[in-house]
Amino acid sequence: MPLVFYNKPGLVAYVTCGDPDLATTREIVQAAIEASADVIELGVPFSDPVADGPVIQRASERALKNGTSLAEVLTLAAEIRQQAQSTGLIIFSYLNPILRMGMEKFCKVARAAGVDGALVTDLPVEEASEYLCAMHEHDLAPVFLAAPTSPDERLKRIAKASRGFVYAVSRTGVTGQRQQLAEDARKLVKRLRRVTKLPIAVGFGISNAEQFAEVGEFADAVVVGSAIVETIERNPGSEAAAVEAFVRRLTIDSRQLSTTAG
Amino acid sequence: MSSVTQATKVKIPTLVSAKSGEPRMGHSRFLSPQSARGQRRGNIARPAANSTVAEGNSTAHEPGRFGVYGGRYVPETLMAALDELEREYEKARRDKKFQARLDGLLKTYAGRPTPLFFARRLTDKLRGAKIYLKREDLLHTGAHKINNCLGQALLVERMGKHRVIAETGAGQHGVATATVCALFGFECVVYMGTEDMRRQELNVFRMRLLGADVRGVHSGSRTLKDAINEAMRDWVTNVRTTHYLLGSVLGAHPYPTMVRDFHRVIGREARAQILKAEGKLPAAIIACVGGGSNSIGIFYDFLNNKNVRLIGVEAGGRGQALGDHAARFRGGSPGVLQGTYSYVLQDAAGQIATTHSVSAGLDYPSIGPEHAALRDSGRAEYVPASDAEALEATTLLARTEGVIPALESAHAVAEVIKRAPRMKKSDIVIVNVSGRGDKDVGILRENLKLQ
Repeated sequence: MPLVFYNKPGLVAYVTCGDPDLATTREIVQAAIEASADVIELGVPFSDPVADGPVIQRASERALKNGTSLAEVLTLAAEIRQQAQSTGLIIFSYLNPILRMGMEKFCKVARAAGVDGALVTDLPVEEASEYLCAMHEHDLAPVFLAAPTSPDERLKRIAKASRGFVYAVSRTGVTGQRQQLAEDARKLVKRLRRVTKLPIAVGFGISNAEQFAEVGEFADAVVVGSAIVETIERNPGSEAAAVEAFVRRLTIDSRQLSTTAG
Repeated sequence: MSSVTQATKVKIPTLVSAKSGEPRMGHSRFLSPQSARGQRRGNIARPAANSTVAEGNSTAHEPGRFGVYGGRYVPETLMAALDELEREYEKARRDKKFQARLDGLLKTYAGRPTPLFFARRLTDKLRGAKIYLKREDLLHTGAHKINNCLGQALLVERMGKHRVIAETGAGQHGVATATVCALFGFECVVYMGTEDMRRQELNVFRMRLLGADVRGVHSGSRTLKDAINEAMRDWVTNVRTTHYLLGSVLGAHPYPTMVRDFHRVIGREARAQILKAEGKLPAAIIACVGGGSNSIGIFYDFLNNKNVRLIGVEAGGRGQALGDHAARFRGGSPGVLQGTYSYVLQDAAGQIATTHSVSAGLDYPSIGPEHAALRDSGRAEYVPASDAEALEATTLLARTEGVIPALESAHAVAEVIKRAPRMKKSDIVIVNVSGRGDKDVGILRENLKLQ
């Protein structure tokens, strides 16, 4: 179950688990996989999501109202793994729920569930020594964020600590859609290429096929989060079908292009 | 697998035990969740906490760590800005011109030194220890918050930034921030929970009068915690041009250290003043603790005097159930919130709890990391005072001394009311009156039935 991007560009699809409920999340993930997502980021809802914009904040609130916990997200991961062997699964969380469960236990349970890696939004490399030890011990890939504001020295450390892929944040800001993608993203990917051979996924603010194709020109994979979460929010009762259609629309242009070109 | 071979190259920072001086390779930085609840002195945090504190600076073994607490837990986008702030603050700290400018502003603009006042009638009424009041309420803008704001404003100027953002709970930090922004000509945005805007509407108007853009925050419990979330989101977006003027000893390094240093003047003055007035140190110092800036400010210069008891007072709110109070040391456990590792009120799954206090400034689910270390080491003690006790203390101080304290500071007064009668008459106790109660008149009127 490696983190491999079979498609070019690859799609990393984020969902907030438990929004609207865990059973639906499972269907949504299946649908995203059907529509050719390469990696699924299973978002753990948190009461204080400082890195997230309004869309994921609202999703987190809804998920927490249902009492969704990290333990339940890991159970969901195990269920998804049984259905989908070749899709990458990443736990996407803030640090505190993991601390509360215990770093060691988290890694152990995640590994047993068939999870491939984790991204902890508020855990920079400097503070990650214990996390890295536990992750490596259980053969899980730690994915770190790289930001346009990170100097080259930091990018080196981030690349060195990361496994699977590096998540390049396209612009300063919280998660959520933007009309225009900053030139920041292209520059950051260029700087990252100098320090790592890992695949680079670009995320934050990518919400349509045009942006997907644009970013796909210079990145190995594209992360889409808020746009999927918003699709879920807007289609109560038919979330999975809506996400499947959205993902197909999002990727079809660029993938046809790359097939033709290749 | 390549990932395994590379894994061995990951550098593991070394924690040094101050007692033995021996490195502890790979020792757990975080306390295990099992050991967390109801933790008492004598745990692994103890030696490190003492060393950090006793050496009087934050560089004892790892910058920004107070024992196991503190650190820097923020999204990557902010890391470069925190590094810059840390460097700039380190330079400024050693710069005599910076210090002279700050001292000058504290004296001529903020009104330092503040008096240490002997509360004769309160002392007579309680029939115990001699009570002194450190009058931070007399500062410009009405609370200790201006000390830190002036310091950070000078840093903003050094860094060449022009936009300042801040969070506020009671509004005192927001008013102080709006004030220094007016003084320095910075653009100012203040985030405030809408529940707090309702409770502290006078301060909202004051901020707007001073030219600040006050933005209401509707998420979560609509109080201080949510205002900090929103300020962090703004900062993450505008980090290249904006300084986050955090108002307490909270958040990621260097804030807890830097904000403490800007408030140390409170304890430094109190120490000199009490020695002059009484020729000896107090038996106890009492201060309220929200994030913990006024308390760490008055405690700090007494830390090495082990006979001076340091007492922090948390918001006991309206009851002991989670959600009814903000007493982190009674109902909380170690965790990470908004950039720092400290005691946090949280549920079993690690979700942050809502809090309640009659005073907006204490209504926060975490506490400054240095307080967590001081509590674990036993150097400081922390007790709760309820909403009702704080309201009663407000009335008593108003009628015995003619001083209307802020509801936050009234929690410290409530503790002296309980404690002074049990102390010897030869003992001295200093209460930090961190702010004045003008902003609370609306709430006081709602809660007190006066003839």
